[in-house]
Amino acid sequence: MNKQSKDPTTAPEREAASADATRVRREFLAKFGSGVFASLLAPALAGGALPALAQSPRRAPGALKMPDLPPETEGEDVVLRMMRELRRALAKPAAERRWSMVIDLRKCVGCHACTISCIAENKLPPGVVYRPVMEEELGKFPHVSRRFTPRPCMQCEKPSCTAVCPVSATWKRADGIVEIDYDQCIGCRYCLTACPYSARTFDAGHNYTDRTPENTPALVDRARAARYEQTKAHDYGKEWGREPDASPIGNARKCHFCVHRLEKGMLPECVTGCIGHATFFGDANDPDSLIAELIGRPNGMRLKEELGTQPKVHYLL
Amino acid sequence: MSTARKGADRLFWFLALTGLIAGLVGLWTRLTVGHASANYGSYIPWGLWVSGYIYMIGLSAGAFVMSALVFVFRVKALERIGTLALLTALTTLIGALLMIWMDLGHMDRVWRMVLRTNFGSVMGWMAWLYGAYFVLLLVEFWQAMRLRLVLQADAPGLAGTLCRILTFGNRDASAASRRRDAARLRILGSIGIPLAIAFHGSVGAIFGVVGARPYWNSGLTPIIFLVGALLSGAALLAMVTAIWGPGKEDGDNTAIVVLIGRIILGLLAFDVILEWAEISIGLWSSLPAESASLKLILFGHYWWVYWGVHVGLGILLPALLLLFAGKRASAVGWAGGLIAATFMSVRLNIVIPGLAVPEMEGLRDAFQGPGLSFEYFPSSAEWLLFIFAVSTAALLFLLGKSLLPVVDHDANPDLEPQLQGGPGHVQ
Ligand code: SF4
Ligand code: SF4
Repeated sequence: MNKQSKDPTTAPEREAASADATRVRREFLAKFGSGVFASLLAPALAGGALPALAQSPRRAPGALKMPDLPPETEGEDVVLRMMRELRRALAKPAAERRWSMVIDLRKCVGCHACTISCIAENKLPPGVVYRPVMEEELGKFPHVSRRFTPRPCMQCEKPSCTAVCPVSATWKRADGIVEIDYDQCIGCRYCLTACPYSARTFDAGHNYTDRTPENTPALVDRARAARYEQTKAHDYGKEWGREPDASPIGNARKCHFCVHRLEKGMLPECVTGCIGHATFFGDANDPDSLIAELIGRPNGMRLKEELGTQPKVHYLL
Repeated sequence: MSTARKGADRLFWFLALTGLIAGLVGLWTRLTVGHASANYGSYIPWGLWVSGYIYMIGLSAGAFVMSALVFVFRVKALERIGTLALLTALTTLIGALLMIWMDLGHMDRVWRMVLRTNFGSVMGWMAWLYGAYFVLLLVEFWQAMRLRLVLQADAPGLAGTLCRILTFGNRDASAASRRRDAARLRILGSIGIPLAIAFHGSVGAIFGVVGARPYWNSGLTPIIFLVGALLSGAALLAMVTAIWGPGKEDGDNTAIVVLIGRIILGLLAFDVILEWAEISIGLWSSLPAESASLKLILFGHYWWVYWGVHVGLGILLPALLLLFAGKRASAVGWAGGLIAATFMSVRLNIVIPGLAVPEMEGLRDAFQGPGLSFEYFPSSAEWLLFIFAVSTAALLFLLGKSLLPVVDHDANPDLEPQLQGGPGHVQ
């Protein structure tokens, strides 16, 4: 493990350091306490229900500065370690990073929090899902168990989805993330057929408020309910609304490892949103990182390894 | 025109017009509601519209190759239907392009297929191949019609005016101009054959190269597409010739239709062999992933599409008609019509079962939402837009054959001069 902080030796020094760490952690938690809640609050903010919070960093991604992280301590949350490693990776040129994910299936309890936090973070409409959790029942009574397998986009090293695109609207970036340019995509859906993991979904233009009644003052009517859907998404670091016929409606969509968060020093939403700490993330090119350590475990596997797509999402069994 | 032919003509006008009017509702829905009105989505991303597109594009390629028998290989027995075959190819192409254009998530970005082509993608080639084929068809159709337009330019009424305009001032009807026409048509047709094979083979390759779908992923897929195109296109032409074709008055019509009937029978036999190869190898494959789609086709929820529509109405009945009444133009016309119409079931059975087998079984219930399903039946909006595209193609054909001198009913030797005098006649 990469030690970055000095070891305080005397008792007052230790106390001062501990008080300092607590303050930084509090500030940190105040800003990033729960991405899920922040995402869920965003529509309300957009509607002006909580004007005081309207300046939330989520509303103005360009203006966000990375907060200080607390000093490294013994037994700290792995999320903090991964965030530290994330920043280390961001200091390198993009081509030297290899963003990867490890999902520990033994820790996944099948709560679907990652699916939901992803939907909230990316403001996904009905029918678009980036990270569903597949459930399987194994064995026969009395020896029955369930296996839960979250399935984000595998960000394949050799993706089969990019080559088929007739207009080069999707490609593998230098950092290994497979990107879709919504403004270029013509919506032919060829890439959906070509992905062996069904990781791409089609944004057909459905909205949660499609059948919500209008002008019902006693209820949250369409106009007010629609605020959730009008909240901008930030896929690939750009702002996307939900105007009819405008991207991302009519496009292929998929998980992008929350690049808009990564660029601000934040982990993908599914990593912080996972209640079981079953999802890990980082730069696999960093030999000292947690992710590199986990990928090297002998109980790791990747989905459909035989196809040669070389997924960058690994599973621990 | 005989009473039966008149009746068929009226019926098709009625169907095309009613279809167009009903189809306008589908068009309106597509333009206002977009893809939210469709039942395909994320797990079955291609549905009725993509199937309708490969269906009509196949009809076009098949009809075009039939026209090449006239203009390139100079099969004299078919020479009177060369232009009719070209009109069939042109109008079905328009229907197909309309269908696939409407299927795009962003119709307004279709030009990117040309300006931002990824030539590494088979689909990337399509815009170029279609563009070339479309231009070639237009030029060849005009060239094949040129002399007729000149000869009809002085006729009264709308048809005469149209002919006058379409001659573009070229009123040359000399023997030299006819020889020039024949030579040009031969060149255009010769370019057209590889083009038709390339673009329809590529449509097959779009499916064939998808390694993620075992049912599509085969070197046989483009070949099956091509043979299917030839069969369905020739079959459509048999019906078209039987109803609107020339020579009814001088008895030539039967000879032409019967000859097309023989071609269809041969193609049908070849198509059945290919189908047998595909199904038998797939079903006996030791990997369930390979056979799953075939099992869906043969024994799934929509088994009747394969057994009833395709095998019953598209293979057995036409084969019986062709074998036992193959000398009667009406029977061959019926056989052609049946094969051509039911071929849509073949196209649906390529597209949908390849997608309806989950790539990851757990996804079936992992998350719910519109389009997140492995069950598919087209929505009413999808049917209506499909009907719109087919009716538009049919109406363009009917207008073309009515307003332009596509068909020479009088067997005027002046009207088929392009083929005379050139070398390489096949009698
Ligand atoms: S999982 Fe599918 S969509 Fe994601 S990179 Fe791989 S092939 Fe492309
Ligand atoms: S849907 Fe978009 S990204 Fe996918 S292949 Fe078509 S144009 Fe490319």
